[in-house]
Amino acid sequence: MSGTFVGMPAFPKAAHEAVGNTTLRANLKHATHTIRDKRAKAVAELDDWALLREAGKQIKDHTLRHLDTYLVQLEEAVTAAGGTVHWAADADEANRIVTRLVKETGESEVVKVKSMATQEIGLNEALEAEGIHAYETDLAELIVQLGHDRPSHILVPAIHRNRGEIRDIFTKEMGAWGRPAPEGLTDTPAELAEAARLHLREKFLRAKVGISGANFMVAETGTLVVVESEGNGRMCLTLPETLISVVGIEKIVPTWRDLEVFLQTLPRSSTAERMNPYTSMWTGTSDSDGPQAFHLVLIDNGRTDTLADEVGRQALRCIRCSACLNVCPVYERAGGHAYGSVYPGPIGAILSPQLRGTASEIDASLPYASSLCGACYEVCPVAIDIPEVLVHLRERVVQGGPATRQGNKVVLKPAKGHAAERAAMRTAGWAFVHPGALRAGQRLASRTRRFHPRTLPGPGRAWSATRDLPQVPAESFRDWWQRTHGTKESGK
Amino acid sequence: MRVALFLTCVNDTLYPDTGRAVVKLLTRLGVDIDFPMGQTCCGQAHYNTGYRHEAEPLARKFSDVFGEYDAIVTPSGSCGAMVRELYPRMGERARAEGRGDGLAATLAPVVPKTYELTEFLVDVLGVTDVGAYYPHTVTYHPTCHGLRSLGLGDRPYQLLKAVKGLDLKELPGAAECCGFGGTFAVKNSDVSAAMAEDKVRNAGSTGADVLCAADNSCLMHLGGTMSRLHTAMRPVHIAEILASTQEEPLS
Ligand code: SF4
Repeated sequence: MSGTFVGMPAFPKAAHEAVGNTTLRANLKHATHTIRDKRAKAVAELDDWALLREAGKQIKDHTLRHLDTYLVQLEEAVTAAGGTVHWAADADEANRIVTRLVKETGESEVVKVKSMATQEIGLNEALEAEGIHAYETDLAELIVQLGHDRPSHILVPAIHRNRGEIRDIFTKEMGAWGRPAPEGLTDTPAELAEAARLHLREKFLRAKVGISGANFMVAETGTLVVVESEGNGRMCLTLPETLISVVGIEKIVPTWRDLEVFLQTLPRSSTAERMNPYTSMWTGTSDSDGPQAFHLVLIDNGRTDTLADEVGRQALRCIRCSACLNVCPVYERAGGHAYGSVYPGPIGAILSPQLRGTASEIDASLPYASSLCGACYEVCPVAIDIPEVLVHLRERVVQGGPATRQGNKVVLKPAKGHAAERAAMRTAGWAFVHPGALRAGQRLASRTRRFHPRTLPGPGRAWSATRDLPQVPAESFRDWWQRTHGTKESGK
Repeated sequence: MRVALFLTCVNDTLYPDTGRAVVKLLTRLGVDIDFPMGQTCCGQAHYNTGYRHEAEPLARKFSDVFGEYDAIVTPSGSCGAMVRELYPRMGERARAEGRGDGLAATLAPVVPKTYELTEFLVDVLGVTDVGAYYPHTVTYHPTCHGLRSLGLGDRPYQLLKAVKGLDLKELPGAAECCGFGGTFAVKNSDVSAAMAEDKVRNAGSTGADVLCAADNSCLMHLGGTMSRLHTAMRPVHIAEILASTQEEPLS
């Protein structure tokens, strides 16, 4: 995945900063609670939500099972419609392809919209290194780019910013990128939106090359679909002469009929709207309208490895609605940056360690960035059992085991730094299959209870820094039972 | 009907009062309850931290100890969920790893017979008024595994509403996790503590003097936070409220 986040500290450390930042926490709490309440209402309007959710899950599972077939069908359909398909195994290859395609047009500026995939591979940085400037045109992504910042939410990448911060970013940075912000800009939403509109309009009218992502690709016709609310996406898709769409291979659906399900579940889950304002669809090129050259760059970048994992593959069903982020109590406190990738929140915690592997400190810590409360699974419109995958990945971190990396079956070693925990788990496991040992331990704890500290040494210190420990009782239950019911015939 | 109490390792060691309350309550309702001394731990902490292989012997042990009973009752939503939701999954995983059906077959019998306490009262015994008396203002935290994995629904509320003298207050943001999550509370201590503080503040805003739940692990985490924040509220397990009567009140 992207070079942007390399060297990130482990999740708990990154989250520590966020938890202490009261402005950030207030921004996030307000935003996530507002949208989660609205989503619940929008979903409750449909009496067949459970069926739609199941249908979405099944369509995606079916597609993933036959991904090879549908990808070939898609390639044929795109080619027949006048487009060109490129295959990229990893981020580097994808960046090389896109850079070459832009250079072939002779341009040094591109406008971009709706592409987490390009952030995943670090495309903007790769283009910049070759002297090509990429301008983000989605409002929230524009804010992130102007602020030299990173996205922290799937749908609202600038969710961590409030209006005052956005005004300051516009005033200070817009001039360096194009049309400056108007004099005396205030932080009212209307003025901010107008400043962005004027700034972006100039870019749209000048750009000869557009780069986009896609929410869906329809195999039967080679059609790509973008779902958005601003209309900026449509500008990017229709005004430039050349359009390059960079899309993950898992974004495919077999037929137009399948869209019926997702065009209901996606907007309700993400923006709590019954229907999003703009749904743009494009199929290859057309003589009279839109871009005259169309390239589709299909990226793997860890996806077929993920597909090889029986438990983890369900993460590829994700339609990036961000509902799981908005209900996640951990995301709400830790913020999106702590997840160290363009995919934050619960889905990020299971997707990044699969796409990138669990070798780095941040990736090994992500499966633990959850209390397993299950709120994410409950809202997910394609029923991804995120807690199940988290536990599965924890197992990979602490015990290693079989995995697929770059198409090869490998046996992963456990991540470093879990030796003490593993020993403790084994000891506890042993004591628990030997009730006598458990009982001896309980008695010792009871007898020494007056000497127990209310704070703990070692890893336990983190617990007792903010919570008091309960006092060990004078007598365990089993001793009480033995004393009071001892004569009764008790089980093994 | 032969009914066994599965108390859980946390309750046995740290919260024996909850166990005594379950015994008192079920005995009052005419259930002859047994406590098999061979019981230890369901393996949840191991499983959820990524030590599935270490959890397997504990699951086998559980099945061995409880297999012959007609019903297994536990005052813990999360340990109940471990047996009901995750034991079948452990069996499936063993099968997927080419280890045959052995584990699945061993664990299968205990899965449908395991009930969380409020489920057992409402679904098996068919009672909502257990004859309890508890003159306090109480707010109820549903806990994630009870709420989502077991789907306890309004059973605990039905039981609490029938308790004489009890004034039940609705908890704002009830469905939100308290931040315990087993080893999560240690591994992500900052986030966990922030979640607990919000839960305690929400509970405090109801004016209740007791925060009730059906899981002592969550209550331990919240109680520890209350004590640190010096709130007047106390954590109390639902079994202790339901066991309390006019003649023998629990404080
Ligand atoms: S995992 Fe589910 S809820 Fe989360 S973004 Fe993906 S589709 Fe939406």
